[in-house]
Amino acid sequence: MDISFLLNGDPVSLTDVSPTTTLLDWLREDRGLTGTKEGCNEGDCGACTVMISDDRGSRALNGCILFLPQINGKHVVTVEGLRAPDGTLHPVQDAMIDHHGSQCGFCTPGFVVSMACAHLNGATDHDTQLAGNLCRCTGYAPIIRAAEAAQDKSIPQHLLFLAKTFPEAPEAEPPNGATDTTGAPCVVQPASADELASWYAQNPDATLIAGATDVGLWVTKQCRDLGKIAFLTRCGDLRGISETDSTLHIGAMTSITQVEQFIAPHHPHFATMLRRYGSVQVRNAATIGGNIANGSPIGDGPPALIALDATLHLRKGSTRRRLPLEDFFVAYGKQDRAPGEFVEAISIPKQADGLRCYKLSKRFDQDISAVCGCLSMTLSDDGIITTARLAYGGMAGTPARALTAEAALRDQPFDEPTIRKAMQAMADDFTPFSDVRASAAYRLHTAQNMLLRYFHDLKGANTDVQMVTL
Amino acid sequence: MSVAKPLPHDAAALHVTGAARYVDDMPTPRGTLHLAFGLSTVAVGTLNAMNLEKVKSAPGVVKVLTAQDLAHDADTSPSNHDEPLLALDRVHFAGQPLFLVIATSHLAARHAARLAEIDITAMPPILSIEQALAANSRFEDAPRVYQKGDAITALKDAPHHLTGSLIVGGQEHFYLEGQAALALPQDNGDMLVQSSTQHPTEIQHKVADALGKPMHAVRVETRRMGGGFGGKESQGNALAIACAIAASDTGQPCKMRYDRDDDMIITGKRHDFRIDYTVGFDATGRITALDFTHYARCGWSMDLSLPVADRAMLHADNAYNLEHVRITSHRLRTNMASATAFRGFGGPQGMLGIERVMDHIAHDLSLDPLAVRRANYYGDGDTGQTTPYHQPVTDCIINALTDQLEKTADYKRRRADIAQWNAANPILKRGIALTPVKFGISFTLTHLNQAGALVHVYQDGSIHLNHGGTEMGQGLFQKVAQVAASRFGVPLEAIKITATDTAKVPNTSATAASSGSDLNGMAVQNACDEIRTRIEEHLREKHQTTSVVFAEGMVTLDTSTMTFAQAAASAYENRISLSATGFYKTPGIKWDRIAGKGRPFFYFAYGAACSEVVIDTLTGENRILRVDILHDAGASLNPALDIGQIEGGYVQGAGWLTTEELVWDTKGILKTHAPSTYKIPACSDRPDVFNVGLWGHPNPAQTIYRSKAVGEPPLMLGISAFAALADAVAATGQAFADLQTPATPEHVFAAVQRAQS
Repeated sequence: MDISFLLNGDPVSLTDVSPTTTLLDWLREDRGLTGTKEGCNEGDCGACTVMISDDRGSRALNGCILFLPQINGKHVVTVEGLRAPDGTLHPVQDAMIDHHGSQCGFCTPGFVVSMACAHLNGATDHDTQLAGNLCRCTGYAPIIRAAEAAQDKSIPQHLLFLAKTFPEAPEAEPPNGATDTTGAPCVVQPASADELASWYAQNPDATLIAGATDVGLWVTKQCRDLGKIAFLTRCGDLRGISETDSTLHIGAMTSITQVEQFIAPHHPHFATMLRRYGSVQVRNAATIGGNIANGSPIGDGPPALIALDATLHLRKGSTRRRLPLEDFFVAYGKQDRAPGEFVEAISIPKQADGLRCYKLSKRFDQDISAVCGCLSMTLSDDGIITTARLAYGGMAGTPARALTAEAALRDQPFDEPTIRKAMQAMADDFTPFSDVRASAAYRLHTAQNMLLRYFHDLKGANTDVQMVTL
Repeated sequence: MSVAKPLPHDAAALHVTGAARYVDDMPTPRGTLHLAFGLSTVAVGTLNAMNLEKVKSAPGVVKVLTAQDLAHDADTSPSNHDEPLLALDRVHFAGQPLFLVIATSHLAARHAARLAEIDITAMPPILSIEQALAANSRFEDAPRVYQKGDAITALKDAPHHLTGSLIVGGQEHFYLEGQAALALPQDNGDMLVQSSTQHPTEIQHKVADALGKPMHAVRVETRRMGGGFGGKESQGNALAIACAIAASDTGQPCKMRYDRDDDMIITGKRHDFRIDYTVGFDATGRITALDFTHYARCGWSMDLSLPVADRAMLHADNAYNLEHVRITSHRLRTNMASATAFRGFGGPQGMLGIERVMDHIAHDLSLDPLAVRRANYYGDGDTGQTTPYHQPVTDCIINALTDQLEKTADYKRRRADIAQWNAANPILKRGIALTPVKFGISFTLTHLNQAGALVHVYQDGSIHLNHGGTEMGQGLFQKVAQVAASRFGVPLEAIKITATDTAKVPNTSATAASSGSDLNGMAVQNACDEIRTRIEEHLREKHQTTSVVFAEGMVTLDTSTMTFAQAAASAYENRISLSATGFYKTPGIKWDRIAGKGRPFFYFAYGAACSEVVIDTLTGENRILRVDILHDAGASLNPALDIGQIEGGYVQGAGWLTTEELVWDTKGILKTHAPSTYKIPACSDRPDVFNVGLWGHPNPAQTIYRSKAVGEPPLMLGISAFAALADAVAATGQAFADLQTPATPEHVFAAVQRAQS
């Protein structure tokens, strides 16, 4: 297929690109820009971080799992594009030198690009901004010192235009993808949900690519040939959030970053947990629709959404249907989704916030959950539990509710004996598995303990190691 | 003088602009081919047949090689000649290379490598320590035993006893740049190899053998690595050999880099250990007898396991004076990737054993663990005390260093505060620990303690030099340049160090064992001094001067001054050689590694760290809140680079003992082969408060500018984080919690359960 974009300010037009060539491979192999590094080729280390700008602003993305069609019509800045035309270093580059932020230097370009993105966007929560960049040499302390030293320096003149939300990127090339043997297009970039719906209904065996944070690995790690593909990047009407008096409505293509920002005032604990969903680079690419549609039992979006009693909106052709999100997950690897049907949106009933989200993983940042417990209760004025929705990831082949435990809570006083009874009841809800992330026994025990944490949490005790400061 | 200045890394400006080139970034000639290995997915078995037709016919494939196609002996082992490049008739671990794909692109090679049909008759693998012991599957004829005094009798006489066992986990290097090599064919079949290696000479040697050529036919260049940590001491051999063989076969340049998952599956990791102990001690916590047994899982081939296991034994004492001690070491052969060098080289594992013993004694006697540690420290200075391998400890500073750190970290007050806080918090518990490090400096294979250098002074006064050390991020090139600049009294900009090159400096040792600046700094100093003396003598004769002083870029004589460039030009015009080699060998070291007696180490490097942590008793989640470190880098050659090594070493050591968990399944398949499942510390895992100080006293041993080696020792400062977690767990109950490594949330949680039982 043909695509156009800006690379460090220069227009680039490519014809007949393979739809699954990654930006990283193209930069390094075709363009000879070797500053952007391959560290893991799966979006976990950030050595390949690039800055992508469009009408939604500028953001850091992992170039190793970013397919060329996804940057159609956008502006790409690599580490080579950070210095000014006269050779002056970007403030974050200067600071990294001054504060000894590089040792072996291999992760450094990725760090520098992440830091430049944060700098451009005025973000100073450096641990969060850099959670997706791994360094094995420095222990991070000098890198953070550098980020802090650079944060108040002005944005370099040559990057100022990216601070606006609409950079002067070229028009995206129209979808004129490769064709199959019958002449029908087998790789498309539909410009709307309607276009997608009609093409996908005709091509139900196609792979839909939203953020490619999962599908990217099918290509880079499993070496799979994806066959027919629809890139959803241009489906603007699938993106965005709206609200009515009673519901919050989130389009499937809304990035996790956007969901996190939007949900924070309504359900701050959900937003706090989403801050640990992948990394900045992953959240900027990953979509809420993709997180649901891939059916993973360990995705971090679904447990919270199920606890909030979310409704899933599916579409096939012009037919739409809706179902409670929990019913979408039928069994491991099996969802209630017909061929050619896709996730259009998710909606959440507006409600008082009783939600707590507990993500348990080996590493605090950028790790996949061993257990993700999202617990929501409402209490009557006299302290009786009126509703309880306990949704867990990592406890079964699908994200699932602890129905027996919920029943043990309902209509009972919100006190420790009730909680302990419900914890016992939960043993009937789940038969978790053992894997590299955790043993079955540990999963069950901690899932039960999350109820106890919920209790202490609401009673105001210290329950979060992240909140302890010296 | 340039030495001792906190200058940035020599390539810092290249790093931050993306202009620093690594092997995979080098522009390659047209027609360069790319390689990938096809790997065994079975841990052990007989290799009956390989159907490679689909591999050969895959798009972009030029050729596929198997062991039978290799004309010469292609072995990748650094020690025992027991690692064929490609499996012969048997496979020994899941991930072993079976065949080599040569293709027109990296992706084509990777894709094709998956298409083989492999017929292996699988056999039950030897994976666990118990399985290996039952099968007597080991390296060397029998366990090694080092002893001093009479541990068995002294144990009988001891007033208190404890026994215990600690699993010490392995560790994946996770250098950000994966293994990579590029071979460029030269005249007459000679080969130029660009390799991401800590050991260019070994690459040269192994490539020459594989090509059936003398070493002079192979030149190896290494400008920089994107991290090494020991993982590029021997593990790059396979790629360099494969590239050279393929380049020789096809006549085309050949490049190979491992995809990250392949890298983690194929290459060795830190040895995991089980350490059993029986300790006798008195009421003050003073150890009267100690019996350690080390079980090291070495993987399928010998690689560097013998010296690694030796070094674990040599650090079983850490900073503690043991009168009656026995250390028994089993080096077990298992069907896993061959465990290899990793920063500390066995030392961290050995050291962790005795740190666990200290905590166990403290728990048993209800004493502050620091008091128990102090009760057992070697005396400062030269007290006549000896290590378990009978080397006198003459340079000890651990008491004074601990005193200072205890004060600056405010240990006593914080320990009391923590006890109070813990009493008020039912769910979360905090813990604190201050642990010492004493690390022996020298290669224990004594002949490796040598280095060479080549220095040229050009007639314009610019200076070019090479040495045998490699740059992997540690800042070696900058430190050595600072030495050279100081010897000639010139600004640092006058010095250029180019890629490590086997044609410039021959017969080098690996840049390992923290030896880089000690050995190469001295070799460069010797070469510089040789040239400086020649210039001096020339100037004395020509100008009839008694004084010749090199400083600030000038050369000052009795009555006149000239620039260094003028002095160099004058020497040149008077036909004085301005080029010299330098050589250095560490003096005074000699030992018997079988008997465990003698002086393996030139000196010891010391340090201590005080870590504070918090744990969640409901899940085992935990976090390091603060660390205070005081580390001994002697008279630092470059305090900024040394502090960088200390900060990075601490976090890497803490990662080893907390989040970094390697998991194999029962078939011997590594399940944690990508950063999605193997978790090195991320940014937010570093301590919120991170105070690092340098001890700052000159090394009593005659090292380069009296500095001390600083590559490996700081890793073991991370042990304090593990000990602090154990301390926090101890606050949850009365029983000894026996926290195991790595202290993942799950292991911390299990320990809390035990403490409360």
